[in-house]
Amino acid sequence: MALTQATGAAAPPLVDASAIHRPRTLLVKLPRPVRRAGGPLLLLLLWQLLGDGRILAPPSAVLAAGWELAETGELGVHLLASLTRVAQGLALGIAAGVLFAVLAGLFRSGEDLLDSSLQILRALPTLGLLPLVIIWFGVGELPKVALVAYGTMFPVYINTYAAIRGVDAKHVESGQTFGLGRAGLIRHVILPGAVPGFLVGLRFALTSSWLIMIIAEQLNATSGIGYLMNQAQSWYRTDIIVLGLLIYGVLGLGADVLVRFLERRLLTWRHGFGGA
Amino acid sequence: MGAVVAENVRRSFDGREVLAGIDLTIGPGEFVALLGRSGSGKSTLLRAMAGLDSGYTGRLRVPGKRSVVFQEHRLLPWKRVLDNVTLGLRNATAQGRAALGEVGLAQHERAWPVTLSGGEAQRVALARALVREPDLLLLDEPFGALDALTRIRMHALLQELCGKHEPAVFLVTHDVDEAILLASRVLVLSANGRLALDLPVDLPAGRDRGTPGFAALRARLLTELGVSEEPAGVSVAR
Ligand SMILES: Nc1ncnc2c1ncn2[C@@H]1O[C@H](COP(=O)(O)OP(=O)(O)OP(=O)(O)O)[C@@H](O)[C@H]1O
Ligand SMILES: [Mg+2]
Repeated sequence: MALTQATGAAAPPLVDASAIHRPRTLLVKLPRPVRRAGGPLLLLLLWQLLGDGRILAPPSAVLAAGWELAETGELGVHLLASLTRVAQGLALGIAAGVLFAVLAGLFRSGEDLLDSSLQILRALPTLGLLPLVIIWFGVGELPKVALVAYGTMFPVYINTYAAIRGVDAKHVESGQTFGLGRAGLIRHVILPGAVPGFLVGLRFALTSSWLIMIIAEQLNATSGIGYLMNQAQSWYRTDIIVLGLLIYGVLGLGADVLVRFLERRLLTWRHGFGGA
Repeated sequence: MGAVVAENVRRSFDGREVLAGIDLTIGPGEFVALLGRSGSGKSTLLRAMAGLDSGYTGRLRVPGKRSVVFQEHRLLPWKRVLDNVTLGLRNATAQGRAALGEVGLAQHERAWPVTLSGGEAQRVALARALVREPDLLLLDEPFGALDALTRIRMHALLQELCGKHEPAVFLVTHDVDEAILLASRVLVLSANGRLALDLPVDLPAGRDRGTPGFAALRARLLTELGVSEEPAGVSVAR
């Protein structure tokens, strides 16, 4: 204040510094998960008020349908079938993506051999392969698992490969000057450095795995959530169709939670900006 | 036999000769500082000594046990402080802790590098270099990014640790005062890629900028670097 008077300048209005970057929201006191659920809940409410059985069943009807199917055990069977396929396909796709990324990322010959081929294959739309896959593998589990594996391999490959190549040369030098051999460099420097990129790829892979599964199950299946929805279509059961969509949505959200959890566990060293 | 023996070391990049015949011997336990203008090839010489560059010609002999500290700390962000210090060593947890204790960071062993201040990170880098008990310690402007106060503390710490472990030290720096304060011998690398000056620092230990002879040596080095002496008052003794 003394300074202000000395210079004769008017004092500017002051704000509390801690308030500048504080997010201004009414829900700020609620725990984070509750806040994240707020938007979807609001949407649900609106839908219940406007929903109509013939065009789009309201949530209450959807829940009733879900309850009915759960009681007969049908829902469990289809859910398990879908989950198993996605899990198997993802496991294969992620493993292949990481393997190719490591080979192409670490070895020049691996890059020459793999990268251009994978980039070309990636340009083909995964779902466009469906007719071929059915001819090759028939209508059993294999075509669906194979399609999910194929479709999820690319995002994992591309992001992990880029991350391996993007590992800071200074960190590699650091390892070299402190006596790490080739195996040590891979283990302590290159792979840990590529984890953030891998997680980005994993997120894309999880999203596309469900997309592929929805289509594959609707065109060619005798079980699974997609099959259930396709059957419901013939009977104009919008409640079951919406139920299927809801389940896909919940599973997608679950996948998102899983990746977030992994990121928190694997990237504690980052302490990056986590969003306001 | 010295800790470093260089004979006619040359290094070119794209046909441009950056090092044009370096002859240099550094004795065991000797503390040598290298001055030179930006782009004169100081880091190039240090990297060759560190074994990070094999593109030179001539003869360059260095001990097997070497450590490097760069201007940036270069800690691996995904490893905790102690794991960074013991990187590449087996069963070295106890030594790692001791080294962290020496740089005053024992309580930070579980911290992630991003949470450290610049000075702390550089102290960890120093601990990581010294835990290997190197015969040659290579320092490439290790204090260049630190504030003046921290730099003074780091000078004292480095002197203390070097007195204890007695490695040969090769310090690359821009700071003429730093070179005279720390080193027992100062080299100047000129723009033509040769060592233009090789002077012993015959000043008593515990010297400061006011020690007789300091100013004269400083003026001589600045002249060699092509900088005229700063106006009086900046460099006066206190
Ligand atoms: N890998 C490289 N490829 C091409 N040119 C290089 C390479 N490394 C260094 N140089 C060149 O060699 C010259 C000397 O570089 P160096 O890094 O050794 O300088 P320096 O004396 O350490 O400078 P500074 O004090 O700014 O760090 C520079 O002109 C630089 O551009
Ligand atoms: Mg340099």
